[in-house]
Amino acid sequence: MQTTIPEPSFFARLKLAFRVLGDASLAREVALLAPATEGTPVEPPPEKTHASGLAVLALLQREGRLIDFLKEDVSGFSDSDIGAAARIVHAGSRKVVEQYITLEPVLKDAEGANVTVPAGFSAERIRLTGNVAGQPPFRGSLKHHGWVATSVRFPAVSEALDPRVIAPAEVEL
Amino acid sequence: MARYSIGIDLGTTNSAASYFELDRSAARGREQTMLAIPQVTAVGTVEARPLLPSFLYLPNAQEFPAAALGLPWAKTEGSLIVGEFARAHGAKVPARLVSSAKSWLSHAGVDRQSAILPWQAPEDVKRVSPVDASRHYLAHVRSAWDNQFPDTPFAEQDVVLTVPASFDAAARELTLAAAQQAGLPSITLLEEPQAAFYAWTEQMGERFRHYVKPGDVILVVDVGGGTSDFSLIAVTDRAGEVELTRVAVGDHILLGGDNMDLALAYAVNQRLTADGKKLDTWQFNALTFACRQAKEAMFANAKLARAPLVVPGRGSSLIGGTIKAELTRDELTRVLTDGFFPKVPVTEVPKTARSTGLTQMALPYAQDAGVTRHLAAFLTRQARALATAHNVPVKIEGKAFVHPTAVLFNGGVFKSALLKDRVLEVLNQWLTADGGTAIKELEGAELDLAVARGAAYYGWARHGHGLRIRGGTGRAYYVGVETAMPAVPGMEPPVRALCVAPFGMEEGTKADIPPQEFGLVVGEPTRFRFFSSSVRRDDPVGAMLDNPADSDEFEEVAPIESTLPVEAGNEGRLVPVNLQAAVTEVGTLELRCLEKGGPGRWKLELNVRMKE
Repeated sequence: MQTTIPEPSFFARLKLAFRVLGDASLAREVALLAPATEGTPVEPPPEKTHASGLAVLALLQREGRLIDFLKEDVSGFSDSDIGAAARIVHAGSRKVVEQYITLEPVLKDAEGANVTVPAGFSAERIRLTGNVAGQPPFRGSLKHHGWVATSVRFPAVSEALDPRVIAPAEVEL
Repeated sequence: MARYSIGIDLGTTNSAASYFELDRSAARGREQTMLAIPQVTAVGTVEARPLLPSFLYLPNAQEFPAAALGLPWAKTEGSLIVGEFARAHGAKVPARLVSSAKSWLSHAGVDRQSAILPWQAPEDVKRVSPVDASRHYLAHVRSAWDNQFPDTPFAEQDVVLTVPASFDAAARELTLAAAQQAGLPSITLLEEPQAAFYAWTEQMGERFRHYVKPGDVILVVDVGGGTSDFSLIAVTDRAGEVELTRVAVGDHILLGGDNMDLALAYAVNQRLTADGKKLDTWQFNALTFACRQAKEAMFANAKLARAPLVVPGRGSSLIGGTIKAELTRDELTRVLTDGFFPKVPVTEVPKTARSTGLTQMALPYAQDAGVTRHLAAFLTRQARALATAHNVPVKIEGKAFVHPTAVLFNGGVFKSALLKDRVLEVLNQWLTADGGTAIKELEGAELDLAVARGAAYYGWARHGHGLRIRGGTGRAYYVGVETAMPAVPGMEPPVRALCVAPFGMEEGTKADIPPQEFGLVVGEPTRFRFFSSSVRRDDPVGAMLDNPADSDEFEEVAPIESTLPVEAGNEGRLVPVNLQAAVTEVGTLELRCLEKGGPGRWKLELNVRMKE
């Protein structure tokens, strides 16, 4: 239950104003209490806003060494060496993808098949290319079946941790 | 009042729990519900999985950031890690990782109640006992349950805990102790091969009678992560009703799927070392994991002649640090199929290194990796035992070994059809040579989760719902009695075995009291040597047998001990006692000293450390 505090009278307000004038620390507390009327509200730092994105990168690094792979200069290595490393990235990242999201093609038809895009199609799910003209329904050939995540199960990561750490340094004692 | 039956498979490498609402009128069929077990899978991450890896990690106080190891039921606690992250991180810090606690639980050469694990831990690690480790796994499952079912607390449910059929009385007693310390007051023990069979019958539903008929002898081959466990279940007819009896259990064999992946990794590592590539511990673990993946791929696709193995380096240079190797079909067949499941005649016995006379301090792993050799030994030994025994539901009639009519596989190892086929091939080869008929496989078993599911089903079936397997204890137990003879320097007096618990004692029964008397001195511990036999089926209580220590029919187990408590002025008094064995409702063996002509009753401790 919330208690309603009666609004202070004019003189009480005046008295408060003088107290605030004379006491800097009280003034700071009052300023914190008052809703921010001027300027923009304090935004969380970018790593907090994008914590879940960073967490996915950490997951792909942990299971599939993805960041190591992307940050490495591949120009000096043979295709067979890159291929061997790609197996690690593929196996680990695939495990993450299969464990945490269910992916399905947007369109079930085989690529290359002729498909009809009906009136009222979702422009989010289907992208038209080539000779885009006139009104739906459109007839065309399926170039890429697209992907859509039908379920997402990424684990929650403790908010107490710094999401900027994608992989900790390892020191062997 | 319990609302659920909860079955827990406390495995060597993985644990799992399944549950069953007791007021259901019919079995669950294929929907055998598993408990999702939340566990730390990475720093700061908790995920629910059906399997809880049986690994315990004992972290250093500074090792992880604060609040990184919290669980839904213990936000701040982080003194111990159980499950997936314990396994994954422990591979990099082996000295702080407790693994295979269950194998230590059955190792009489160490004091299983004292803090000895991790075996090679440095001084500052606060070690735990094998019983403690098991307690932590059970407590984790309990907390996971209480967190998801707050209205029906775990401690009030019917809990069935599985143990290997080959676990002796002391190992069962310790499993019970771990459960009690984890706050599970009422549990029942069930043998794992039986649990696997119950799970199969539940899956089959009424169709099960179509596959199993009176006269059948079912062989359960359960190869888990760390142990191989065999049981024989006979199907008989009693007044028109099918009756199931577990007639025999195998000896304890520390040999399982983990050994197989390791064997492959060692074989590949030898080649790598020859090429001058050296792997550190973590990389060797990665290689073992890669071998398991390659093995699974090649077992799933018989056309695959080779599979690549890649072991990443520890550093951030992935491409530069990766070591490449491959596993060939020949190698897989040689190391795994022929190495662990060799085609041998049924007369071939496993190699043992028992006669060295040294107490093994590390785990007493099986000396012979041939699962089929252990199986041959089991079936031949049991044939000899059953041939001369009375009142057994299996007819031997001159056969060289017990002829099973059907086989039920259990354990992740048998996800490979090739290995199942190999076991069937070897069994059929033996059967044909001995004039028997071909064996069939009881198909459709769920290899990873069957034990937990079958245990939950059993909890429900016990309330009168379904078929139960009878059998009682799979061993007879004997106390060593020193024979009176003049002392000869340097010679131990010969020991005879006094039968105190006959084979096949049912739960909740007491054995007769053997007439032999023993004198116990009050205040001083009295210790008896203790023997068991999985083949002597007809010894009555009080039977006295010569030289158990030299006979292969007996196995010496951890000694038993009792200290009569000191009361007013009776210290040093000699009390004449008789021994009596009982099997509790839980399924553990209890031995008591009964004061002759008096009211005194004292329990004997079963799990005393074996002398060196």
